[in-house]
Amino acid sequence: MAVHFEDGGKRFVTQLFSKSANSLARMSIIIGVFTLAGAGAVGALFYRSPYYTNQNVVRSQPVPFSHEHHVAGLGIDCRFCHFNVETSAYAGIPPTHVCMTCHSQVWTEAGVLEPVRESYRTGESIEWQKVHRLADYAYFNHSAHINKGVGCASCHGQVDDMRLMFQNETLQMSWCLECHREPERFVRPKDEVFNMAWTAVDQKALGAQLVEEYDIQSKVTCTTCHR
Amino acid sequence: MSLSPEQVAEQRAIGNDRENAPVMAPGYTMESVTETIAGIPLSKNIRMGWAVGFLIAFGGMNLLLLSIVWLLYRGVGIWGINSPVGWGFAIINFVWWVGIGHAGTLISAILLLLRQQWRMSINRFAEAMTIFAVSCAGLFPLLHTGRPWMAYYLFPYPSTSGMWPQFRSPLVWDVFAVSTYATVSIVFWYVGLVPDLGTMRDRAKNKLVKFLTGMLALGWRGSARHWHRYEMASLLLAGLATPLVVSVHTVVSYDFAVGLIPGWHVTLFPPYFVAGAIFSGFAMVITLAIPIRWYFGLEGLVTLRHMENMAKVLLATGMCVAYGYSMEVFFGWYSASRYEEYLVFNNRMLGPYGWSYWMLILCNVISVQVLWFRWVRTNMFALFILSIIINVGMWLERFVIVITSLHADYLPSSWGMYYPTFWDIAMFIGTIGFFLTSMFLFVRAVPMISIFELRTLLPQARVKEVEK
Repeated sequence: MAVHFEDGGKRFVTQLFSKSANSLARMSIIIGVFTLAGAGAVGALFYRSPYYTNQNVVRSQPVPFSHEHHVAGLGIDCRFCHFNVETSAYAGIPPTHVCMTCHSQVWTEAGVLEPVRESYRTGESIEWQKVHRLADYAYFNHSAHINKGVGCASCHGQVDDMRLMFQNETLQMSWCLECHREPERFVRPKDEVFNMAWTAVDQKALGAQLVEEYDIQSKVTCTTCHR
Repeated sequence: MSLSPEQVAEQRAIGNDRENAPVMAPGYTMESVTETIAGIPLSKNIRMGWAVGFLIAFGGMNLLLLSIVWLLYRGVGIWGINSPVGWGFAIINFVWWVGIGHAGTLISAILLLLRQQWRMSINRFAEAMTIFAVSCAGLFPLLHTGRPWMAYYLFPYPSTSGMWPQFRSPLVWDVFAVSTYATVSIVFWYVGLVPDLGTMRDRAKNKLVKFLTGMLALGWRGSARHWHRYEMASLLLAGLATPLVVSVHTVVSYDFAVGLIPGWHVTLFPPYFVAGAIFSGFAMVITLAIPIRWYFGLEGLVTLRHMENMAKVLLATGMCVAYGYSMEVFFGWYSASRYEEYLVFNNRMLGPYGWSYWMLILCNVISVQVLWFRWVRTNMFALFILSIIINVGMWLERFVIVITSLHADYLPSSWGMYYPTFWDIAMFIGTIGFFLTSMFLFVRAVPMISIFELRTLLPQARVKEVEK
């Protein structure tokens, strides 16, 4: 094809690119935008997915312990097993002795309880798998929350409805901040902390009153949790 | 029709005319402008001088890579920063490099809107200089964070932490200012390159070069519609880039001015920083232009008219900067604050870093006064030396601002000295190496002067316009 150039010259040029290069170039813009947007969306969803947060994922345990059976069925208080929760940073995993309080009398021959009996015989702890694993750079204290009217169920969910234990919430910082920014939306009377079924009639009025009464502050400085 | 060696020699002589150099030496045609400029990247020969210069610069760049690797391995403790001087070389170099970039944007955006024809011969490589300088600048705050792989925290994105960056902090404004600046500069530069890439594609003999430039030219055919769109785009981009000339260094100055440290908390800082940025940027353009026009024989296109104009800009912005220095002293006294007074007189002028203050005054205020003489403005050797002196002076200015203010502020019990380490210096030299490596590759890879814009300066182009 003869082409007249601006510099006055006239040369024969061959096609460098085929006609489809035009559509390809246009498509690359659209594909590029979609790829970038898609990558962002996939990333955002990934870090919120149970695959990453372990939310709602049952962790297998040496003994298939049912909170539903023990809490809802038998009416055992949280503190019977997690007896440190009111005074310590850690709620605590009960020692085998606590299990054997009852299980030396009931279900003494049950196969599923063999690891418990073995632990009792040998003195070796049962290797329970921790379900709620906070990042090690986040400081968390159970007693501080329990004593200011944060119910167990607020973070751990309806434990009395869980046959096998799982993490009910994401445990991500944004989730912590939901309550730390507006504690009045979640606090409950101190004597209802261990009540799994409690719901507020008018959280707005109650929350405002409790925040005042318990002197609850919205703690959102970095060093509240990252010490 | 290419130029004969005699014609080239004559044009170089006209370009070097110290009395009355034109914007472009006469005798050029559409063809010869294209050939002179496009011939450099399209030539097969690798010239000795270029290769030696490139290798030296490349060595510097490797020093940078080495310093970064060592820094990532050991942490920022390898630098001289301490408490109270937490900012050190990293921030000095950041401000210095960002400032240098400003000349490119001023030339390509503001002078375009002002229809200054002399800008056409220098805007392409001034813009390239901007991009490389901003790349160097961006490295420093990134590495100064200590954990650059967490630097995405600086950007507001919907994170699972439920937190946004601290929008009240000028350090976050900086992220936006500099990243916007880098983006607009790159787009502006690339859009301006498209017609010339089309020329390269049409003239290239090598298949690979043809393919690459063809792809980058985005199917440029030089049709009236293409030109119309091109003019529209470059005008819009110039409009976008114009506020950036002022805003970027204003925001950089907020890093200091918003702080409460004596000597930083000054309302003068934004305009004073912008003037300093343009001052240092033009000094760097001159530093680069003088050897480039000489080595590639482009004196007919980048004439003494350009050099003298740039020298005048240097003088003007130098006077702005000098005004800034005098006002800093005035504010120190007029504030009646003992800390400000102490900073200006006892600390900056007579303190342990007093030498840097007086060197700065010597470089940026006193030496610049020689530019009142035309003889200096048109003497390339003198101008080159002076541009280097100003580059040094502008670096010292940031040294004085960062170090003297930080090393002794309100509490004498927490005063301390700052000494750079080997790695501070290595990294600074390394970025110069990176910058020069990029420049060397740039002049070899793409037309360093805008071919199509220069062609509009030719008498032939003007005749057409009259005929219309």
